[in-house]
Amino acid sequence: MTTIAELPPGFADKVLSAQSTFRSVMDAMARPGSVQRIVPMAGAPDMMMRGTAAIALTLFDHDTPLWLDARLAESSDIVKWLKFHTGAPVVQDSSIASFALISDGAALPPLERFALGSNEYPDRSTTIILQVDSLDAGRNFELRGPGIDGVATLGATIRPADLFERLRVNEALFPRGIDVVLVADDAVVAIPRTTRVVSKGS
Amino acid sequence: MNAPAYNFAYLDEQTKRMIRRAILKAIAIPGYQVPFASREMPMPYGWGTGGVQVTAAILGPQDVLKVIDQGSDDTTNAISIRKFFAKTAGVATTTATDVATVIQTRHRIPETTLHENQVLVYQVPIPEPLRFLEPRETETRRMHALAEYGLMHVKLYEDIARFGHIATAYAYPVKVNARYVMDPSPTPKFDNPKMDNCAALQLFGAGREKRIYAIPPYTQVVSLDFEDHPFEPYRFNAPCALCGAENSYLDEIVTDDKGGRMFVCSDTDYCEGRQAAGHHGSLSAAPYKEKAGSHG
Repeated sequence: MTTIAELPPGFADKVLSAQSTFRSVMDAMARPGSVQRIVPMAGAPDMMMRGTAAIALTLFDHDTPLWLDARLAESSDIVKWLKFHTGAPVVQDSSIASFALISDGAALPPLERFALGSNEYPDRSTTIILQVDSLDAGRNFELRGPGIDGVATLGATIRPADLFERLRVNEALFPRGIDVVLVADDAVVAIPRTTRVVSKGS
Repeated sequence: MNAPAYNFAYLDEQTKRMIRRAILKAIAIPGYQVPFASREMPMPYGWGTGGVQVTAAILGPQDVLKVIDQGSDDTTNAISIRKFFAKTAGVATTTATDVATVIQTRHRIPETTLHENQVLVYQVPIPEPLRFLEPRETETRRMHALAEYGLMHVKLYEDIARFGHIATAYAYPVKVNARYVMDPSPTPKFDNPKMDNCAALQLFGAGREKRIYAIPPYTQVVSLDFEDHPFEPYRFNAPCALCGAENSYLDEIVTDDKGGRMFVCSDTDYCEGRQAAGHHGSLSAAPYKEKAGSHG
Protein backbone atom coordinates (compact mmCIF):
# COMPACT_ATOMS: atom_id res chain seq x y z
CA MET A 1 0.00 0.00 0.00
CA THR A 2 1.51 3.31 -1.11
CA THR A 3 0.77 6.35 0.98
CA ILE A 4 0.62 9.84 -0.48
CA ALA A 5 4.04 10.63 0.93
CA GLU A 6 5.56 7.74 -1.01
CA LEU A 7 4.07 8.72 -4.37
CA PRO A 8 6.54 9.91 -7.00
CA PRO A 9 6.57 13.72 -7.02
CA GLY A 10 5.03 15.99 -9.66
CA PHE A 11 6.88 18.86 -11.32
CA ALA A 12 9.42 20.68 -9.17
CA ASP A 13 8.25 23.95 -10.75
CA LYS A 14 4.60 23.46 -11.68
CA VAL A 15 4.17 26.63 -13.72
CA LEU A 16 7.23 26.69 -15.95
CA SER A 17 7.44 22.91 -16.34
CA ALA A 18 3.84 22.77 -17.53
CA GLN A 19 4.52 25.64 -19.94
CA SER A 20 7.58 23.96 -21.41
CA THR A 21 5.81 20.61 -21.71
CA PHE A 22 2.82 22.24 -23.37
CA ARG A 23 4.99 23.98 -25.95
CA SER A 24 6.56 20.61 -26.85
CA VAL A 25 3.12 19.04 -27.26
CA MET A 26 1.80 22.09 -29.16
CA ASP A 27 4.79 21.98 -31.53
CA ALA A 28 4.25 18.25 -31.98
CA MET A 29 0.57 18.79 -32.80
CA ALA A 30 1.37 21.70 -35.14
CA ARG A 31 4.10 19.74 -36.96
CA PRO A 32 2.91 16.13 -37.14
CA GLY A 33 5.71 13.59 -37.41
CA SER A 34 8.32 15.89 -35.88
CA VAL A 35 9.89 14.46 -32.73
CA GLN A 36 9.67 16.91 -29.83
CA ARG A 37 11.45 16.45 -26.51
CA ILE A 38 9.91 16.99 -23.13
CA VAL A 39 12.53 18.59 -20.93
CA PRO A 40 11.06 19.02 -17.43
CA MET A 41 11.12 15.87 -15.39
CA ALA A 42 8.57 14.69 -12.90
CA GLY A 43 8.52 11.51 -10.91
CA ALA A 44 6.55 8.85 -12.73
CA PRO A 45 5.00 5.71 -11.33
CA ASP A 46 6.05 2.35 -12.85
CA MET A 47 4.70 1.67 -16.35
CA MET A 48 4.28 5.39 -16.99
CA MET A 49 6.97 7.00 -19.15
CA ARG A 50 8.34 10.35 -18.01
CA GLY A 51 6.91 12.04 -21.10
CA THR A 52 3.47 10.64 -20.32
CA ALA A 53 3.74 11.80 -16.72
CA ALA A 54 4.69 15.33 -17.81
CA ILE A 55 1.78 15.48 -20.27
CA ALA A 56 -0.63 14.27 -17.57
CA LEU A 57 0.57 16.95 -15.15
CA THR A 58 0.28 19.59 -17.89
CA LEU A 59 -3.13 18.83 -19.42
CA PHE A 60 -5.24 16.78 -16.99
CA ASP A 61 -7.49 18.17 -14.28
CA HIS A 62 -10.98 17.77 -12.82
CA ASP A 63 -12.49 18.79 -16.17
CA THR A 64 -10.95 15.92 -18.14
CA PRO A 65 -12.45 12.45 -17.71
CA LEU A 66 -9.64 9.96 -18.14
CA TRP A 67 -9.71 6.41 -19.44
CA LEU A 68 -6.91 3.97 -18.57
CA ASP A 69 -6.07 0.73 -20.31
CA ALA A 70 -6.45 -2.43 -18.24
CA ARG A 71 -2.80 -2.62 -17.19
CA LEU A 72 -2.77 0.98 -15.89
CA ALA A 73 -6.22 0.76 -14.31
CA GLU A 74 -5.12 -2.28 -12.32
CA SER A 75 -2.18 -0.44 -10.82
CA SER A 76 -3.22 1.35 -7.66
CA ASP A 77 0.04 3.35 -7.78
CA ILE A 78 -0.87 4.82 -11.17
CA VAL A 79 -4.45 5.58 -10.22
CA LYS A 80 -3.39 7.19 -6.94
CA TRP A 81 -0.64 9.21 -8.58
CA LEU A 82 -3.02 10.55 -11.22
CA LYS A 83 -5.70 11.29 -8.67
CA PHE A 84 -3.33 13.07 -6.29
CA HIS A 85 -1.45 15.14 -8.87
CA THR A 86 -4.15 15.89 -11.46
CA GLY A 87 -7.55 15.22 -9.87
CA ALA A 88 -8.81 13.86 -13.19
CA PRO A 89 -11.77 11.49 -12.75
CA VAL A 90 -10.96 8.00 -14.05
CA VAL A 91 -13.92 6.67 -16.02
CA GLN A 92 -14.84 3.15 -17.19
CA ASP A 93 -16.70 4.37 -20.25
CA SER A 94 -14.11 5.27 -22.89
CA SER A 95 -16.72 7.09 -25.01
CA ILE A 96 -16.85 10.02 -22.56
CA ALA A 97 -13.11 10.34 -21.99
CA SER A 98 -11.20 13.53 -22.83
CA PHE A 99 -7.95 11.61 -22.67
CA ALA A 100 -7.07 7.93 -22.84
CA LEU A 101 -3.75 6.64 -21.51
CA ILE A 102 -2.53 3.50 -23.25
CA SER A 103 0.56 1.76 -21.89
CA ASP A 104 0.06 -1.47 -23.76
CA GLY A 105 -0.61 -0.76 -27.42
CA ALA A 106 -1.60 -4.33 -28.10
CA ALA A 107 -4.64 -3.73 -25.90
CA LEU A 108 -5.76 -0.54 -27.68
CA PRO A 109 -9.54 -0.89 -28.00
CA PRO A 110 -11.26 -0.25 -31.35
CA LEU A 111 -11.09 3.51 -31.96
CA GLU A 112 -14.86 3.89 -32.29
CA ARG A 113 -15.17 3.10 -28.60
CA PHE A 114 -13.66 6.50 -27.83
CA ALA A 115 -15.36 9.86 -28.17
CA LEU A 116 -15.16 10.98 -31.80
CA GLY A 117 -16.90 14.32 -31.30
CA SER A 118 -19.96 15.39 -33.25
CA ASN A 119 -20.11 17.24 -36.54
CA GLU A 120 -21.24 20.33 -34.61
CA TYR A 121 -18.61 19.91 -31.87
CA PRO A 122 -15.75 17.85 -33.33
CA ASP A 123 -13.52 19.06 -30.49
CA ARG A 124 -15.42 16.89 -28.01
CA SER A 125 -13.27 13.90 -28.82
CA THR A 126 -10.80 11.70 -26.99
CA THR A 127 -7.10 12.43 -27.31
CA ILE A 128 -5.23 9.14 -27.07
CA ILE A 129 -1.84 9.17 -25.40
CA LEU A 130 -0.10 6.01 -26.53
CA GLN A 131 3.21 4.82 -25.13
CA VAL A 132 5.35 3.23 -27.84
CA ASP A 133 8.72 1.47 -27.95
CA SER A 134 10.63 3.96 -30.05
CA LEU A 135 10.16 7.18 -31.99
CA ASP A 136 13.57 7.24 -33.64
CA ALA A 137 14.02 3.74 -35.01
CA GLY A 138 11.86 1.12 -36.62
CA ARG A 139 9.49 1.12 -39.54
CA ASN A 140 9.38 4.23 -41.69
CA PHE A 141 6.15 6.09 -42.15
CA GLU A 142 5.38 8.86 -44.62
CA LEU A 143 3.12 11.58 -43.30
CA ARG A 144 1.20 14.27 -45.16
CA GLY A 145 -1.28 16.90 -44.10
CA PRO A 146 -1.58 20.31 -42.43
CA GLY A 147 1.53 21.20 -40.46
CA ILE A 148 3.80 19.26 -42.82
CA ASP A 149 5.84 20.94 -45.55
CA GLY A 150 5.32 18.32 -48.24
CA VAL A 151 6.16 14.96 -46.67
CA ALA A 152 7.48 14.11 -43.21
CA THR A 153 9.16 10.82 -42.45
CA LEU A 154 8.81 9.16 -39.08
CA GLY A 155 10.82 6.14 -38.01
CA ALA A 156 9.05 4.45 -35.15
CA THR A 157 8.36 1.17 -33.42
CA ILE A 158 4.67 1.23 -32.59
CA ARG A 159 2.21 -1.24 -31.23
CA PRO A 160 -0.43 -1.90 -32.41
CA ALA A 161 1.41 -2.41 -35.72
CA ASP A 162 -1.74 -1.44 -37.62
CA LEU A 163 -2.25 1.83 -35.73
CA PHE A 164 -2.09 4.01 -38.82
CA GLU A 165 -4.38 1.70 -40.79
CA ARG A 166 -6.88 2.05 -37.97
CA LEU A 167 -6.47 5.82 -37.93
CA ARG A 168 -7.68 5.94 -41.54
CA VAL A 169 -11.20 6.26 -40.09
CA ASN A 170 -10.19 9.89 -39.48
CA GLU A 171 -10.30 10.46 -43.22
CA ALA A 172 -13.95 9.52 -43.54
CA LEU A 173 -15.01 10.97 -40.20
CA PHE A 174 -13.45 14.43 -40.54
CA PRO A 175 -14.04 16.86 -38.86
CA ARG A 176 -14.82 14.20 -36.23
CA GLY A 177 -11.94 11.98 -35.30
CA ILE A 178 -9.24 10.88 -32.91
CA ASP A 179 -6.00 12.71 -32.21
CA VAL A 180 -3.08 10.60 -31.03
CA VAL A 181 0.00 11.60 -29.07
CA LEU A 182 2.78 9.02 -29.22
CA VAL A 183 5.24 8.96 -26.34
CA ALA A 184 8.55 7.11 -26.06
CA ASP A 185 10.39 8.07 -22.89
CA ASP A 186 10.89 11.86 -23.28
CA ALA A 187 10.08 11.96 -27.02
CA VAL A 188 6.67 13.00 -28.31
CA VAL A 189 5.09 12.79 -31.76
CA ALA A 190 1.52 13.87 -32.44
CA ILE A 191 -0.76 12.48 -35.14
CA PRO A 192 -3.76 14.82 -35.33
CA ARG A 193 -6.85 13.69 -37.23
CA THR A 194 -5.77 15.59 -40.37
CA THR A 195 -2.57 13.59 -40.86
CA ARG A 196 -2.49 10.87 -43.52
CA VAL A 197 0.09 8.15 -42.97
CA VAL A 198 1.54 5.66 -45.42
CA SER A 199 3.74 2.84 -44.18
CA LYS A 200 6.96 2.50 -46.18
CA GLY A 201 8.18 -0.72 -44.57
CA SER A 202 11.44 -0.85 -42.63
CA MET B 1 4.74 37.35 3.01
CA ASN B 2 6.54 37.93 -0.23
CA ALA B 3 4.46 35.89 -2.67
CA PRO B 4 3.82 37.50 -6.06
CA ALA B 5 0.36 38.95 -6.48
CA TYR B 6 -0.36 36.90 -9.57
CA ASN B 7 0.88 33.85 -11.42
CA PHE B 8 3.47 33.81 -14.23
CA ALA B 9 1.82 35.43 -17.29
CA TYR B 10 -1.15 36.49 -15.14
CA LEU B 11 -3.51 33.53 -15.72
CA ASP B 12 -3.92 30.81 -13.10
CA GLU B 13 -2.78 27.30 -13.98
CA GLN B 14 -6.25 25.78 -14.30
CA THR B 15 -7.21 28.43 -16.84
CA LYS B 16 -4.01 27.84 -18.77
CA ARG B 17 -4.68 24.08 -18.90
CA MET B 18 -8.19 24.73 -20.25
CA ILE B 19 -6.86 27.14 -22.90
CA ARG B 20 -4.00 24.80 -23.79
CA ARG B 21 -6.41 21.92 -24.37
CA ALA B 22 -8.51 24.17 -26.61
CA ILE B 23 -5.40 25.20 -28.58
CA LEU B 24 -4.46 21.55 -29.20
CA LYS B 25 -7.96 20.78 -30.52
CA ALA B 26 -7.89 23.94 -32.63
CA ILE B 27 -4.64 22.84 -34.27
CA ALA B 28 -6.03 19.35 -34.87
CA ILE B 29 -9.14 20.75 -36.60
CA PRO B 30 -7.82 23.65 -38.71
CA GLY B 31 -10.26 26.52 -39.01
CA TYR B 32 -12.80 25.11 -36.54
CA GLN B 33 -13.74 27.45 -33.69
CA VAL B 34 -13.19 25.69 -30.36
CA PRO B 35 -15.33 27.09 -27.52
CA PHE B 36 -13.36 27.96 -24.39
CA ALA B 37 -14.11 29.42 -20.98
CA SER B 38 -12.77 32.90 -21.66
CA ARG B 39 -11.83 34.80 -18.52
CA GLU B 40 -12.18 38.39 -17.45
CA MET B 41 -8.88 40.11 -18.13
CA PRO B 42 -7.57 43.36 -16.69
CA MET B 43 -8.54 45.17 -19.90
CA PRO B 44 -11.90 45.58 -21.61
CA TYR B 45 -13.32 43.22 -24.22
CA GLY B 46 -12.36 44.55 -27.60
CA TRP B 47 -8.83 45.31 -26.47
CA GLY B 48 -7.50 41.91 -27.34
CA THR B 49 -8.51 39.76 -24.37
CA GLY B 50 -8.72 36.67 -26.59
CA GLY B 51 -5.26 37.16 -28.00
CA VAL B 52 -3.92 37.99 -24.56
CA GLN B 53 -5.29 34.75 -23.11
CA VAL B 54 -3.81 32.66 -25.91
CA THR B 55 -0.46 34.42 -25.53
CA ALA B 56 -0.54 33.96 -21.75
CA ALA B 57 -1.19 30.23 -22.18
CA ILE B 58 1.73 29.61 -24.55
CA LEU B 59 4.29 32.15 -23.33
CA GLY B 60 7.45 30.95 -21.55
CA PRO B 61 10.44 32.75 -20.05
CA GLN B 62 12.55 32.02 -23.17
CA ASP B 63 10.12 33.73 -25.52
CA VAL B 64 10.64 37.09 -27.18
CA LEU B 65 7.34 38.89 -27.60
CA LYS B 66 6.29 41.39 -30.24
CA VAL B 67 2.87 43.05 -30.21
CA ILE B 68 1.42 45.01 -33.12
CA ASP B 69 -1.76 46.96 -33.58
CA GLN B 70 -2.65 47.63 -37.24
CA GLY B 71 0.97 46.89 -38.08
CA SER B 72 2.34 49.37 -35.59
CA ASP B 73 4.48 48.53 -32.56
CA ASP B 74 3.88 51.86 -30.88
CA THR B 75 0.15 52.40 -30.61
CA THR B 76 -1.67 52.30 -27.26
CA ASN B 77 -3.02 48.76 -27.55
CA ALA B 78 0.32 47.30 -28.63
CA ILE B 79 2.29 49.10 -25.94
CA SER B 80 -0.19 48.17 -23.20
CA ILE B 81 -0.15 44.48 -24.05
CA ARG B 82 3.62 44.39 -24.47
CA LYS B 83 4.06 46.03 -21.06
CA PHE B 84 1.47 43.69 -19.56
CA PHE B 85 3.54 40.63 -20.45
CA ALA B 86 6.87 42.29 -19.67
CA LYS B 87 5.49 42.87 -16.18
CA THR B 88 3.54 39.66 -15.53
CA ALA B 89 5.83 37.20 -17.30
CA GLY B 90 9.12 39.07 -17.37
CA VAL B 91 9.64 38.10 -21.01
CA ALA B 92 11.91 39.95 -23.40
CA THR B 93 10.03 42.15 -25.85
CA THR B 94 11.01 43.40 -29.27
CA THR B 95 9.68 45.32 -32.22
CA ALA B 96 11.77 43.37 -34.73
CA THR B 97 9.63 40.78 -36.52
CA ASP B 98 12.42 38.34 -37.28
CA VAL B 99 13.69 37.95 -33.70
CA ALA B 100 10.25 37.54 -32.07
CA THR B 101 9.11 34.02 -31.15
CA VAL B 102 5.56 35.03 -30.28
CA ILE B 103 3.84 37.86 -32.17
CA GLN B 104 0.46 39.05 -30.99
CA THR B 105 -1.35 41.04 -33.63
CA ARG B 106 -4.42 43.15 -34.07
CA HIS B 107 -5.55 43.32 -37.70
CA ARG B 108 -2.28 42.86 -39.60
CA ILE B 109 0.21 40.19 -40.60
CA PRO B 110 3.81 41.47 -40.64
CA GLU B 111 5.35 42.13 -44.05
CA THR B 112 8.49 40.18 -43.14
CA THR B 113 7.98 36.50 -43.96
CA LEU B 114 7.40 34.51 -40.78
CA HIS B 115 9.55 31.48 -39.99
CA GLU B 116 9.06 28.10 -38.33
CA ASN B 117 10.04 29.13 -34.82
CA GLN B 118 7.30 31.73 -34.57
CA VAL B 119 3.72 31.74 -33.39
CA LEU B 120 1.37 34.44 -34.64
CA VAL B 121 -1.50 35.17 -32.22
CA TYR B 122 -4.44 37.11 -33.65
CA GLN B 123 -6.88 39.19 -31.63
CA VAL B 124 -10.33 38.43 -33.01
CA PRO B 125 -13.50 40.47 -32.40
CA ILE B 126 -16.12 38.33 -34.23
CA PRO B 127 -14.77 34.85 -34.97
CA GLU B 128 -17.86 33.60 -36.83
CA PRO B 129 -17.59 34.50 -40.55
CA LEU B 130 -21.27 33.66 -41.04
CA ARG B 131 -22.54 35.74 -38.10
CA PHE B 132 -23.70 38.75 -40.10
CA LEU B 133 -25.47 36.44 -42.53
CA GLU B 134 -27.09 34.21 -39.89
CA PRO B 135 -27.36 35.50 -36.31
CA ARG B 136 -28.28 32.17 -34.68
CA GLU B 137 -25.33 30.23 -33.26
CA THR B 138 -27.27 26.94 -33.58
CA GLU B 139 -27.66 27.58 -37.31
CA THR B 140 -24.09 28.71 -38.06
CA ARG B 141 -22.82 25.70 -36.13
CA ARG B 142 -24.92 23.40 -38.30
CA MET B 143 -23.77 25.20 -41.44
CA HIS B 144 -20.15 24.52 -40.45
CA ALA B 145 -21.02 20.90 -39.60
CA LEU B 146 -22.48 20.40 -43.08
CA ALA B 147 -19.88 22.61 -44.80
CA GLU B 148 -22.86 24.55 -46.13
CA TYR B 149 -21.24 27.79 -47.22
CA GLY B 150 -23.49 28.81 -50.11
CA LEU B 151 -24.67 31.85 -48.16
CA MET B 152 -21.15 33.26 -48.05
CA HIS B 153 -20.83 32.97 -51.81
CA VAL B 154 -24.19 34.70 -52.19
CA LYS B 155 -22.86 37.56 -50.08
CA LEU B 156 -19.76 37.89 -52.26
CA TYR B 157 -21.96 37.63 -55.36
CA GLU B 158 -24.18 40.45 -54.08
CA ASP B 159 -21.04 42.58 -53.81
CA ILE B 160 -20.37 41.94 -57.50
CA ALA B 161 -24.00 42.63 -58.47
CA ARG B 162 -23.96 45.93 -56.58
CA PHE B 163 -20.42 47.22 -57.09
CA GLY B 164 -19.07 45.24 -60.01
CA HIS B 165 -16.37 43.63 -57.89
CA ILE B 166 -16.02 41.89 -54.52
CA ALA B 167 -16.05 44.93 -52.25
CA THR B 168 -15.10 43.12 -49.06
CA ALA B 169 -11.78 44.73 -48.14
CA TYR B 170 -11.04 43.27 -44.72
CA ALA B 171 -12.07 40.17 -42.74
CA TYR B 172 -12.19 38.55 -46.17
CA PRO B 173 -13.40 34.95 -45.69
CA VAL B 174 -10.99 32.09 -46.31
CA LYS B 175 -11.35 28.32 -46.54
CA VAL B 176 -8.84 26.42 -44.44
CA ASN B 177 -7.55 23.00 -45.51
CA ALA B 178 -10.45 22.74 -47.98
CA ARG B 179 -12.99 22.36 -45.17
CA TYR B 180 -13.84 25.20 -42.78
CA VAL B 181 -14.69 28.73 -43.85
CA MET B 182 -12.89 30.97 -41.39
CA ASP B 183 -12.73 34.64 -40.49
CA PRO B 184 -9.11 35.80 -40.70
CA SER B 185 -9.99 38.58 -38.17
CA PRO B 186 -10.29 42.10 -39.61
CA THR B 187 -6.95 41.98 -41.42
CA PRO B 188 -6.94 43.73 -44.81
CA LYS B 189 -7.42 41.21 -47.61
CA PHE B 190 -3.94 42.24 -48.74
CA ASP B 191 -2.70 39.95 -45.95
CA ASN B 192 -4.77 36.88 -46.87
CA PRO B 193 -2.14 35.32 -49.18
CA LYS B 194 0.36 35.39 -46.30
CA MET B 195 -1.80 32.93 -44.34
CA ASP B 196 -1.51 30.29 -47.04
CA ASN B 197 1.27 27.73 -46.53
CA CYS B 198 2.76 29.93 -43.77
CA ALA B 199 5.76 28.46 -41.95
CA ALA B 200 4.58 29.79 -38.58
CA LEU B 201 1.73 28.47 -36.45
CA GLN B 202 -1.25 30.86 -36.45
CA LEU B 203 -3.54 30.98 -33.41
CA PHE B 204 -6.71 33.07 -33.10
CA GLY B 205 -8.32 34.13 -29.82
CA ALA B 206 -11.73 35.79 -29.43
CA GLY B 207 -12.24 36.75 -25.77
CA ARG B 208 -15.76 38.12 -25.72
CA GLU B 209 -17.04 35.45 -28.13
CA LYS B 210 -15.09 32.71 -26.30
CA ARG B 211 -13.57 30.96 -29.29
CA ILE B 212 -10.07 29.77 -30.18
CA TYR B 213 -9.09 28.58 -33.65
CA ALA B 214 -5.90 27.85 -35.51
CA ILE B 215 -4.11 27.36 -38.79
CA PRO B 216 -1.24 24.87 -38.50
CA PRO B 217 1.96 25.66 -40.43
CA TYR B 218 2.02 24.74 -44.12
CA THR B 219 -1.75 24.60 -44.41
CA GLN B 220 -3.73 25.56 -47.46
CA VAL B 221 -5.70 28.77 -46.93
CA VAL B 222 -7.77 29.92 -49.91
CA SER B 223 -9.62 33.24 -50.14
CA LEU B 224 -13.15 32.62 -51.42
CA ASP B 225 -13.80 33.91 -54.92
CA PHE B 226 -15.34 33.10 -58.30
CA GLU B 227 -13.70 31.90 -61.52
CA ASP B 228 -14.69 35.10 -63.34
CA HIS B 229 -14.01 37.31 -60.29
CA PRO B 230 -10.81 35.94 -58.80
CA PHE B 231 -9.55 37.13 -55.43
CA GLU B 232 -7.35 40.21 -55.68
CA PRO B 233 -5.42 41.72 -52.80
CA TYR B 234 -5.94 45.46 -52.59
CA ARG B 235 -3.26 48.09 -52.06
CA PHE B 236 -3.16 51.87 -52.55
CA ASN B 237 -1.38 52.56 -55.84
CA ALA B 238 1.54 54.47 -54.38
CA PRO B 239 4.98 53.85 -52.90
CA CYS B 240 5.47 54.39 -49.15
CA ALA B 241 6.27 58.07 -48.62
CA LEU B 242 8.93 57.23 -46.03
CA CYS B 243 10.71 54.13 -47.34
CA GLY B 244 9.54 53.93 -50.94
CA ALA B 245 8.26 50.34 -50.59
CA GLU B 246 6.14 49.31 -53.56
CA ASN B 247 4.85 46.05 -52.13
CA SER B 248 3.79 46.78 -48.54
CA TYR B 249 0.35 47.54 -47.17
CA LEU B 250 -0.15 51.30 -46.81
CA ASP B 251 -1.98 53.55 -44.38
CA GLU B 252 -3.46 56.77 -45.73
CA ILE B 253 -2.58 59.69 -43.46
CA VAL B 254 -4.32 63.05 -43.78
CA THR B 255 -1.72 65.79 -43.35
CA ASP B 256 -3.75 69.01 -43.52
CA ASP B 257 -7.26 70.30 -44.14
CA LYS B 258 -6.64 71.05 -47.81
CA GLY B 259 -6.79 67.48 -49.08
CA GLY B 260 -3.13 66.76 -48.41
CA ARG B 261 -2.32 63.16 -47.59
CA MET B 262 0.52 60.71 -47.55
CA PHE B 263 0.77 56.96 -47.81
CA VAL B 264 3.07 55.12 -45.42
CA CYS B 265 3.72 51.47 -44.56
CA SER B 266 1.31 50.19 -41.93
CA ASP B 267 4.05 47.83 -40.70
CA THR B 268 6.31 50.21 -38.75
CA ASP B 269 9.08 47.67 -38.18
CA TYR B 270 9.26 46.88 -41.88
CA CYS B 271 9.30 50.57 -42.80
CA GLU B 272 11.97 51.48 -40.24
CA GLY B 273 14.07 48.51 -41.33
CA ARG B 274 13.95 49.67 -44.94
CA GLN B 275 14.81 53.26 -44.01
CA ALA B 276 17.75 52.04 -41.93
CA ALA B 277 18.90 50.08 -44.96
CA GLY B 278 19.01 53.30 -46.96
CA HIS B 279 15.67 53.25 -48.78
CA HIS B 280 13.97 56.61 -49.07
CA GLY B 281 10.54 57.79 -50.06
CA SER B 282 9.38 61.14 -51.42
CA LEU B 283 8.70 62.62 -47.97
CA SER B 284 11.43 61.06 -45.87
CA ALA B 285 13.48 63.59 -43.98
CA ALA B 286 15.58 63.88 -40.87
CA PRO B 287 13.51 63.59 -37.68
CA TYR B 288 11.63 66.80 -36.88
CA LYS B 289 13.36 69.00 -34.30
CA GLU B 290 11.78 71.97 -32.56
CA LYS B 291 13.51 75.25 -33.23
CA ALA B 292 15.08 76.81 -30.15
CA GLY B 293 12.95 79.58 -28.70
CA SER B 294 9.85 78.85 -30.75
CA HIS B 295 7.01 77.81 -28.50
CA GLY B 296 4.06 78.83 -30.50
